[in-house]
Amino acid sequence: MDKLWIIIKREYLTRVKRKAFILATFLTPLFFGIFFVVITIIFAYQSDDVRKIVIQDPGEVMGNAMADSKSLYFTFSDETLEELKVRYNKEEFDGILVIPPVKDLQSKKMKVQYLSDKQLDPESNSALESELEKKLRKYKIRALGFDQEKLASLDVSITIDPDQINKKDGAEDEKTFTSLTTAVAAAMGGLMGVIMYLMVFINGSMVMRSVMEEKMSRIVEVMISSVKPFQLMLGKIIGVGAVGLTQFLIWAILIPLIALIVSLFMGIDSSPQMMPPGATGAEELMDSGLNPGLLIAEIQRMNWWLILPMFIVFFLGGFFIYSSLFAAVGSAIGDDMGEGQALTIPITIPVILAFYIMIVAIRAPNSSLAVWASIFPLFSPIVMPARLAFNPPAWQIILSAGLLILSVFFFVWLSGRIYRIGILMYGKKASFKEIGKWLFSKG
Amino acid sequence: MSILSLRDVNKAYTNHKAVDNVSFEMPKGCIFGMLGPNGAGKTSLIRIITCITRADSGTIYFDGEILNERHPEMIGYMPEERGLYKKMKVGEHLIYLAVLKGMPVQTAKKEIAVWMEKFDIDSWYNKKIEELSKGMQQKIQFISTVVHKPKLLILDEPFSGLDPINANLIKDEISNLNNEGISVIFSTHRMEQVEEICDEMVLINKGKNVLSGKVAEIKDRFKENKFEISYSGNIPGGLIDQETLLESKPGKLMASASSLGEMNQILAHLIQNGVVITKFEEILPSINEIFIKTVTASGEAVKID
Repeated sequence: MDKLWIIIKREYLTRVKRKAFILATFLTPLFFGIFFVVITIIFAYQSDDVRKIVIQDPGEVMGNAMADSKSLYFTFSDETLEELKVRYNKEEFDGILVIPPVKDLQSKKMKVQYLSDKQLDPESNSALESELEKKLRKYKIRALGFDQEKLASLDVSITIDPDQINKKDGAEDEKTFTSLTTAVAAAMGGLMGVIMYLMVFINGSMVMRSVMEEKMSRIVEVMISSVKPFQLMLGKIIGVGAVGLTQFLIWAILIPLIALIVSLFMGIDSSPQMMPPGATGAEELMDSGLNPGLLIAEIQRMNWWLILPMFIVFFLGGFFIYSSLFAAVGSAIGDDMGEGQALTIPITIPVILAFYIMIVAIRAPNSSLAVWASIFPLFSPIVMPARLAFNPPAWQIILSAGLLILSVFFFVWLSGRIYRIGILMYGKKASFKEIGKWLFSKG
Repeated sequence: MSILSLRDVNKAYTNHKAVDNVSFEMPKGCIFGMLGPNGAGKTSLIRIITCITRADSGTIYFDGEILNERHPEMIGYMPEERGLYKKMKVGEHLIYLAVLKGMPVQTAKKEIAVWMEKFDIDSWYNKKIEELSKGMQQKIQFISTVVHKPKLLILDEPFSGLDPINANLIKDEISNLNNEGISVIFSTHRMEQVEEICDEMVLINKGKNVLSGKVAEIKDRFKENKFEISYSGNIPGGLIDQETLLESKPGKLMASASSLGEMNQILAHLIQNGVVITKFEEILPSINEIFIKTVTASGEAVKID
């Protein structure tokens, strides 16, 4: 136990003290912060190409009014096209929009000509189109004699308001679900799943590389003449894991902090613009009248007393299983890196599968795939944390955690058996058959 | 009293038997040569003694006790394939290895300082291993093997890759440590090194102990009572029996006799007849010759008590 601690300490300290680690740990958040802000600025950037457009509207479809936008200025004109073209060539404006009179009110297509030597940029083009569509709609409503207010009443926005039937004692009056619950749960679950996935992969390959280095530099034989191979392996797994956690914690604090500081410093309006156009989830929530306060309330309402400890249990479980397997593979690979890559495939496949199942599990957390995958020990470290936010039944959590803990012992033991033989094998290509034999050979 | 005693030790790997019923005694305080060609099973045997692997069967006594988990701390092992953590600093690396051998940090620091001074390398304390040359690393490796004051030192081909100066330095340190009472196992395939350094030896071939005992006694056992006599002047013909005479060159002759006594008679006979003897020497077989003879002759164990 004492020696295990010494090994853990060395594995941890030598890594943490390395310049590369310190640089990566502190520069990455800075880089991310700056990157984030730059991205925000880029997306906030709109066309600064101002155009003056003359509209020729003989049928008065537009009703002689067209609101200017940031980059487009409109004027109406009754002059003939020939006269306008002359003025265009004197560079009095940038383009002519010719709106034909509406002949058929039933028609669902309409072409509006834009005359210019310079094309409209795509953003202005679509803005112009949607503006014209709105105007035409108004025109048709008037021309067809519809009642504007009655028509408006057709557009209804519906939200499903969930509530629990069997509430906990003393919580009858409290609302336990809101329409936000599933959205927040999905986001939290996805985040946890991704963190697990990254930690497993990054740490696992770090352990593997370190085992290989030890074997190749031949220090390992000196080491195991002082400590048991199992102690060395376990010490390495825990030490490297602690390094990963350290880095993760520093990032978890620094990245949001730096992003905040940099955005404040650069005077950028925060939340809505921070999101690239793709991430419209939050904007939609805002639009539908929900405010960040509700969101925070929802996050606070989640059962953190269950989620956090369980997340830690599953994190440690997944970490030990995969890191020990990576250590075993590292010990078997030895000198030839390229040849040995094939040995990592059986480990990476379950991790990647689990990741995809996790994505599905967020959308359908109670599907049979999600339930069984969250119980199967090779998948559960990634899938179960994603489901935790959806309040899965207690028996599933207990079964999954129990199986996971048993599997940790099994896989660490299994890897230890491969490791103790593998690290002393030189110059031999380790096939799966060979590794199978190692499992059953005596010490 | 034996520091190490092996009784019927066996170890088989999937494809071959690496250690085949090996028994020997290693007296305390001696330098013990473990000899054998490459692949004979020396490293397998060492790994069993250092508790890196376990024997399939047989018993091993370390200093009178059955070999157990506490014993590796009393052993210093320098494997043939050597290595250190390249990114670590010399000082902290030595401390790490010493502490893993059960030495308290403060004591380890003191001992390391003594050794580094002895090798005149105190200035390397804060250098990284990767900054050192191969020869420098070997010195660090040696210090790491002995710093925790082991009772038994196991050196697997300690001179391979060392330049003559460093090899001599290490050789001197080995004999210093031995004078302090530390027992040394010296594993090599280079037979001539054993004659030079070792008191006792075991010869391993194909996993078997083919010969073991005191080096001097083994040589004595295998000697063929050959003698070389250098002289000046001429030896009259017929002075020595043709049976006795093996080889004759001007100024030098080689003869065989049934015993040292008989040889002395021959010598006396020569002197009486006016031959001027400049040198008289018994020719002992080299370990290499003994090895070849033993292995080719029978392949069975020869015991010298």
